[in-house]
Order: sequence, then C-alpha cells, then structure tokens
Amino acid sequence: MEKSVKGLMIAIVAAAGGAFAGAWATPMAGQAPAAYRAPRTADGKPDLNGIWQANNEANYDIEMHMARPALALRPGPYGPVAAAPVLALGAVGSVPPGVGIVEGGAIPYKPEALAKRKENLDKWLDRDPEVKCYLPGVPRANYMPQPFQILQSPSAVFFAYQYAGAVRNIYLKDPGPAPVDSWMGQSVGRWEGETFVIEASGFNDSTWFDRSGNFHSDQMKVVERWTRTGADVLSYEATITDPETFTRPWKISMPLYRRLEKNAQLMDFKCVEFVEELLYGAYRKKPLSRE
Amino acid sequence: MDKKYRFVAAAIVASFAAASLAAQSKSSIPRTKDGHPDLQGTYDLAMLTPVERAAGSPLVLTDEDAKKGERQALARKVSGDAPLKGDRPAPPVGGDGSAGPAGNVGGYNSFWIDAGSQYTVVDGRKRASLLIDPPDGRVPQMTPDARQRVARNVNRPTSDQTAREDDPGFEGNGAYDDPERRPLGERCLMGFGSTSGPPVLPNYFYNNLHQIVQTPDSIVILTEMVHDARVVRMNAEHLPPAVRKWMGDSVGRWDGDTLVVDTTNFTDKTRFRGSTQNLHMVERFTRVDAKSVLYRFTVEDPATWTRPWTGEYTWPATDELLYEYACHEGNYAMGNILRGARLKEADDAKKKTGGN
Repeated sequence: MEKSVKGLMIAIVAAAGGAFAGAWATPMAGQAPAAYRAPRTADGKPDLNGIWQANNEANYDIEMHMARPALALRPGPYGPVAAAPVLALGAVGSVPPGVGIVEGGAIPYKPEALAKRKENLDKWLDRDPEVKCYLPGVPRANYMPQPFQILQSPSAVFFAYQYAGAVRNIYLKDPGPAPVDSWMGQSVGRWEGETFVIEASGFNDSTWFDRSGNFHSDQMKVVERWTRTGADVLSYEATITDPETFTRPWKISMPLYRRLEKNAQLMDFKCVEFVEELLYGAYRKKPLSRE
Repeated sequence: MDKKYRFVAAAIVASFAAASLAAQSKSSIPRTKDGHPDLQGTYDLAMLTPVERAAGSPLVLTDEDAKKGERQALARKVSGDAPLKGDRPAPPVGGDGSAGPAGNVGGYNSFWIDAGSQYTVVDGRKRASLLIDPPDGRVPQMTPDARQRVARNVNRPTSDQTAREDDPGFEGNGAYDDPERRPLGERCLMGFGSTSGPPVLPNYFYNNLHQIVQTPDSIVILTEMVHDARVVRMNAEHLPPAVRKWMGDSVGRWDGDTLVVDTTNFTDKTRFRGSTQNLHMVERFTRVDAKSVLYRFTVEDPATWTRPWTGEYTWPATDELLYEYACHEGNYAMGNILRGARLKEADDAKKKTGGN
C-alpha cells in the first residue's frame, strides 16, 4: 500500500517533470512541425485569411522582463515607484511580466543605441509613439494588444490592423525601392512553400518596437515569415536588420492566434480622437483642468 | 392599360434588359475562382462630375459641353503649373479677399492638387452629375426638422465638408475654440469630402485613390485619405444598434453579378450632408469591364430627407501605386491653428485695452 502510493507519486512527479521538460522543448514558433498542411486559397496557396492576434506581453517590452510598477517610473525611497503622471492608474498602469519574443534574449544594440534606449525608457511618456496614437510600424503592429485581419486573394494580400486603423498593402510584384519613408513601410511579399515571406523596408525612424523604448533607425529592414502551423495558429518570425542601431541582425518569433469568437471582426479604434485632449487641450479657448 | 399590367410589363422589360446586360458582360469581366466578379484593383476617383447638377439641365453632357468643361480644367492646371514670377510681391496681409486658396495667403499650389480632368463616363456617355435619382439631379429637400437640426449643429463639421479652403479666414463664432470644432479632415480623423464614405465620393481635390481586396468572407475598401479601411463582412448580420462605427457597419451580399453593401450603425460624428446616425446606405458595385467598376449608392434617412436619393459613377482602374497617407502623425497644423486663435485673441484684447 505504502509502496504503491510512493510509486504513484514518483509517476506523478515524472509526468509533471516530463510535462515541464516538454514545455521547454516545445519548438519556438517558426520551427513548427513541417507536417501541418494549411487549407488552401483558390490559387492553391496556404490560406492566411482571418482575424489574428498575439497573446503575449511583447507590446510592453519585447525582451524578457519582470513585472514593474508602471511604464513611467521615478525613484522611490526603496526602489522605483510609479511616476506622478501615471500614479492614479494604480495596478491598472503596471507592467505585466513577459517571457519575451527576442530570440537569444537580448537585442544586440550598439553601445550608443543602448544608451538611447535607456533614455527612451526614462522619457517614455513623452516619446512612445503609441501614447500619441501614431501608426505602430512593423513589426510592432503585429503584436499590439488588438486584432488584425489578413485579406488574401490570388492577386492581393492586405493587412488591416484595428489599432489606429493602420494598414499594409503587400505588393506581390516588387515596385522597386520605396520612393519615400513611411510609418508602415513598403512591403513586398512572396511564397516560399508553406511560408509567406514579406520584405519590408522604407521605414522612417519614428516607430518603436514596444512601450520600453526599443527603437530603430530609418535604415531598418524587416523580413517577416508567416506560416500556418495549425488550424488557428499562425507562426510569425521577423528578422530585423539595421546596421545603424544594432551590431547584427536579430530575430523575434511568436505564435499568433485566430480570434475564434463567432462574431470576431475588426471594430473601430480611431485613437486620434482620444489623444486630442492630450495634444491640443491646452489650446482650447477654455482649457480643461489638468489636475 | 391597367396600372398593374403596366407595372408587370415594365418589370419584364427591365429584367430582360438586366439579363442581356449580364449575358453580355458575363464572358468579358474578370472573375474570382468562386465565380463572382473580381472587383479588385486600385481606382482613381478624381473627376470633374459634381454630385449635383444645375436644376433643369440633363444628366448626360453634350459632347460640346463635356469638351468645354475638360478644356477649362486643363487650362486651370496649365496656368496653375506655370512658374511663379521670382519678383512677385508678398500676398497682402490677411489675403486678397478672393475665394479659394490662391485668393488668401495661399495654401497648396497646383503641384499638390489632383482634382480630376475628366467627367465620369457611364454607359459610354459623360455625366453632368453623380445623382441620377431624383431625376432632376438635386439632393431632395430636407425635412423641416432636419433643417432645424442642421441649423443648431452649424458648428459641428460633417464628413462631406472640406477644410473650408474656400473661406478666407473665418468660419463663424467659435470655429477655433476647440479641436472638436475643426473639420474631420483637419483633425486627421477621416479624409474630407466624404472620400471614405459611405457614400464614397470624389473629393475634387487630391488623394482620390481607392483599393478593393476581395476574399469570399470579407471585402476591404481602402480609402487613401486617411488610410481608412472599411471591411465589408459578407453574408453577415449588422452589429447591435449600440455599437457605432465611423464609416458605419458594412455587410455585403452578391445579387447576381453585383456586390450589394448595406451600411448602418453610423455615429453622430460624420452626419453626411446633415444626416442622422440612422443613415442607411446601400452601395452596389458592378464590374463593367476589366478596367472599370460601376458604383451606385442610395442614401436613405427619413429623418433628414423627404425621400431616398441615388447616385452613380464609374471607378476607373489605375496602375498608380497608393502610398501611405499618414496625417495625424504630422499634424502640426492642428495645434498651431488653435494656438494661433488664442494668440489672436490675446492680441485683440491688448489692442482693445490699448485703445481705451
């Protein structure tokens, strides 16, 4: 009796350990088993159509990070506390922890770029383009905490993002270098077997990777790989190259999940309207109190 | 003939005409794999044809009138493109008082403007107005209630309004008091002139490109200004009435070879031409040939107009590429416009006390 209980316990521990080891051994998104064959669109390509969303904390900080009291901090008597402008938000304004999406853990910043990243973090409230409802750029658009829709036909691939109503038309024929820099860049896509590969370039230097000051220059190029790895999972990988900011190309990866609600759809998030008081309120004829 | 029979006869004739039109176009238009017309492409909606036409004038332009109008448009462009004289004097303080951007202190020159150079062509004929119903080409009268409502809301700009470039200076009391009093285009919330719609209208100024991407479940209509993507959910139900959207909630279905898009659930922030949030729009997209789509829209809001009204025009395909229209991100003008108004008020107050 005692023996059999002990045996059972060992079995449970072994099973738990196995599950634990199994969790660690789970392939990163992108190294998905090749066995899955995605449903096809009319022209025989893997079907990426649908409403997708990341389920992670990358928009707070793409690197692995612990929870912190707030996005904007100031020194407290025993460690950092929420800065005055965000204090009233309490726990709502705190940063949830995240395992990160950067392969290898840390972003390979050049020393001077790392210093700027720290400065960005210190001045987050003034500098994060998301605070002002600016277009999110790439790759950030793909892991904002809001859904986006891929519309894929034989002649077009189009991304509509709920956040700020951002859009990307993915050219299927390369029009040549982008004539002018833009927030969402210029995207050119092609199929490599099961994977839709997008080469995105022509970015300005004004978008960030997250709410933690991670940034890039206008030299950035992003190569994205989109692969269906299950009925409701889309593996996303992006390789970021920007010699002005980073010592080498680096990669992020994450699964994206289908929004399975029966009535899943993009709704309005025209945040321009929401930031008018912040940006222009001081110039009202009768300014509202800011206290 | 008995009224009822006359109606049946008319219906038969109409259905024959529709059938023959369908048969004629069926072979020549591009189709998607599921057999529906392929509406995809990029379209340039810049054109000369206005929404309404002069009372009593015909829908179809004579060749002579069309040529005249298009010649005048070309002449305006040529003169606008002519180099300015290097020794020209500065514009007078406050503008010269004439209407239009060139008349006051100056806005865009013609390099930036792409207002259209041709009238829209439907059934091979150039059109004098988008409106086809009422047959006189005029938007129906507003109900008395609607007129009162619009008069009360005079300080709340609507989606069809432009940035008031035609108003040299001042738009009435309080127009610069708050950001919410500025036109939606100026606030970068939507393009001006109902460019995103619905109804999608030419804005007769610039950035009139639109793109359609079509899948079996969803069709997106992208408006260049301000990167507004309206996703039409196919064979879906409308959102509950409590949920409202800037461009309304659009659901679609195929009626033979025509895509019918039904839109409700508008907000009270766009108020197209003074309508209420209960505006109901029906748009019909019909592929005419490889290079054009016929766009027909019916506007209905019994609280605003005494009857529904319908317009149509051709969306011509273009090979032009559509670039990002980031607006808000560079909207330094919005803050400066309001700040300028505050400075002017301070100035005026100082002058007043100085004069006493």
